[in-house]
Amino acid sequence: MEQYLFYILAAAMLIATVFAITEKHPVHAIVYLVTSFFALAAIFYLLAAPMIAAFEVIIYAGAVMVLFLFVIMMLDLGHPEKAARPGIGHWLPAMVLGVVIAAAAVTAITLRTTTAPATRVIGIKEFSVALFQRYGVAIEIISMQLLFAVVGALYLGRKR
Amino acid sequence: MIPLAHVLILAALLFCLGLVCVLVWKSNVIMLLIGIEIMLNAAMLVFVGGSGHWGGADGQVFSLMIMAMTSAEVSLTLALVVYLHRRRKTVDVDDFASLKD
Repeated sequence: MEQYLFYILAAAMLIATVFAITEKHPVHAIVYLVTSFFALAAIFYLLAAPMIAAFEVIIYAGAVMVLFLFVIMMLDLGHPEKAARPGIGHWLPAMVLGVVIAAAAVTAITLRTTTAPATRVIGIKEFSVALFQRYGVAIEIISMQLLFAVVGALYLGRKR
Repeated sequence: MIPLAHVLILAALLFCLGLVCVLVWKSNVIMLLIGIEIMLNAAMLVFVGGSGHWGGADGQVFSLMIMAMTSAEVSLTLALVVYLHRRRKTVDVDDFASLKD
């Protein structure tokens, strides 16, 4: 049951991502990408990570994608549906390279033997203990990085 | 139970889709950022899959770090895009080749 759900969600996510990267209207691409991220959040839940699934929905599908939409609305791109989609000359080398890399990665993964999995849901308590005790320094660094990003965005967006 | 190999294969395919998006969309910096998002999500999927397989919280902690890093990166890059669009009236990456004006 769990496994079938995983394959259905994986197919939905891959199809939504393909639609997102071939769409030339950025707003449509963002909406496809939100679909893909919801499927990915459900996959995270299946992989015993309910916290990360919640964060994926809140931060990625909520905040980051809304920020993208906000900037697209602000930029006034004219008529994106009339803009040129990259031609076959652009798609073909990228597709060939992507297929080669994907085939190499899939072959390397399938050649490995995997041990028996340990099925255990990591709850919020264990997650928080690991986050704030073992990786406390990383939290400080990440918070400083977010502060620098805020300062940089304010500097770039100031009136002059 | 989901085998780890299938999760890794899914992550590899997702990463390659993001890579193709980055390689193809030179004419629109927003689509390029979308490709970077897809690749970072594939990395997060690998971290969470490993965390579920070996039963530790470390992978989930690091996928949270990736999320914080992505939100910082996206906010800064989109501010940069708005600034450049105000100056040059375009989102084509090739038009932003020179650093000074």
